[in-house]
Amino acid sequence: MTAHLNRRQILSLAAGGAALAAAAHSPAQAKTISTKARIVIIGAGAGGTALANRLARRLDGATITLIDPRVDHLYQPGLSLVAAGLKPADYVVSKTTDWLPKGTTLISEAAAAIDPEAQVVATSGGQKVGYDFLVVAPGLVLDHDAIDGFSLDMVGENGIGALYAGPQYAAATWKAASKFTEEGGVGLFTRPATEMKCAGAPLKHTFLIEDITRTNGNRGKAELHYAAPQGSLFGVPIVAEKVRMLFGDRGINTHMKHTLTAIEAGAKRAYMTDADGSTVEMDYDYIHVIPPQRAPDVIRQSGLSWADKWTDQGWVECDKGTLQHLRYDTIWALGDVAGVPKGKTAASVKWQVPVVEDGLIAAIEGRDPTEIYNGYTSCPMITRVGRAMLVEFDYNNNLVPSFPGVIAPLEELWISWLMKEVALKATYNAMLRGDA
Amino acid sequence: MKDLTLTTLIAVFEEIFGTALFWAMVAAAALVTLAYVVVLIRDRHVSWRKFLYAQLSMPVGAVVAVWFVMSMTNSSLASLGGPLDVIILLAIALAGAIGAAVLVYTAQSLMQPPSKTSE
Repeated sequence: MTAHLNRRQILSLAAGGAALAAAAHSPAQAKTISTKARIVIIGAGAGGTALANRLARRLDGATITLIDPRVDHLYQPGLSLVAAGLKPADYVVSKTTDWLPKGTTLISEAAAAIDPEAQVVATSGGQKVGYDFLVVAPGLVLDHDAIDGFSLDMVGENGIGALYAGPQYAAATWKAASKFTEEGGVGLFTRPATEMKCAGAPLKHTFLIEDITRTNGNRGKAELHYAAPQGSLFGVPIVAEKVRMLFGDRGINTHMKHTLTAIEAGAKRAYMTDADGSTVEMDYDYIHVIPPQRAPDVIRQSGLSWADKWTDQGWVECDKGTLQHLRYDTIWALGDVAGVPKGKTAASVKWQVPVVEDGLIAAIEGRDPTEIYNGYTSCPMITRVGRAMLVEFDYNNNLVPSFPGVIAPLEELWISWLMKEVALKATYNAMLRGDA
Repeated sequence: MKDLTLTTLIAVFEEIFGTALFWAMVAAAALVTLAYVVVLIRDRHVSWRKFLYAQLSMPVGAVVAVWFVMSMTNSSLASLGGPLDVIILLAIALAGAIGAAVLVYTAQSLMQPPSKTSE
């Protein structure tokens, strides 16, 4: 009798567990839509891949084509950790094809030209791909040539770091930076005058290298300088003030309105232009270079860029709420390339993807879109190994914390570090699969 | 975090540990819990002698859990920056302690079922 009861209880508990597991895997999305639409996505990075997965789930019968020559997919939020020796280079690398859904086509070539009138994309291999709807999500390009005397083959030697350029360069950056954390000297940390992806990363790198130098017992031998073309340390005033105070506490000198223009690698000398246009020289033992960032040439040459804003950078002219192109209603911008005031981070992409998805499906169904992107951008601002501030904000420079009253956005917390180190890549991967 | 639902959380945990390992750990935790309930129902009472050993394992479980989290995440006790961090640390320690106690009690009960005359 007792034995029977036990078995029944055990079985019902097991059944409950199985039901929970099944519920977790059932798609939470809205109904499927039948369409013959031809959708082309330029770029299979964070935005393109996540969107392709979500569209593949929502649409039945659509032709979804991605155009991207990159074999490797990079988890770019991890580059800061690689450049501080906290993760190996392969932490950020996976294959582009690992994430793409069945039933979509990947053309492993670059987009060479976009004709928004004829609705055709030409590839570097000479293919012509017609579309009904186009999403441009190619990311951005790092203009290393804009820094005179600098080239990527220098990274890792002579105290030169450049973590944005990719995993091998982030690892080489750590090679140069770790020497500084052991030997001390003058460390110079820079950022460009253009819009840039993850504007927190230059600060994180500065904070991390300062902290590691301190932990190594060499802080007394090191002098740290942060130079930026902008007038403040961060685009969101309340965060800029907090960072200013932290830099003060940590003894990091700031040089605002200083733009890096050239380096002399052999002499370890940097040349910057100040607010008056005068050239300022600074000798360094370690320099972190972040070059100006621009939209890929194909965007600028196809006439998709803003004509009156960011003219040296070429970001796509789009509505900042719907991300739809202002002149071509069959085109949306997604991710770094979008010409919107904020949002060049993976967290922003996570918020943008459902907006573009809704805009596209609304266009297919002939209704008005309902989702609006509010500029949400997130930056787990690492301030030392083991601590970060979970900074989240919108177009209006308002803080928009995900956990109000629980995780304080402007406090250096271990929980925020845990989120960056443990949960962020997992959340990112879930986003790529269209699950988060 | 947009749309923080159970589905999102499970997707995130699947990514942290890998789908197979995550569900294997969920299954292992469920099995131990289930075995604990089973021995309680079977024995119809709590064996205080076994419970004592289980209690002795609690500090060990707490320390192991904290050490595990710290070593997996490039953190140290010096990383704690605010009250919430202390709460998280205590929660990790508590989870480790309870987990160890349940595990030790269940293991003892499964290996040494009570004889009719004992206790």
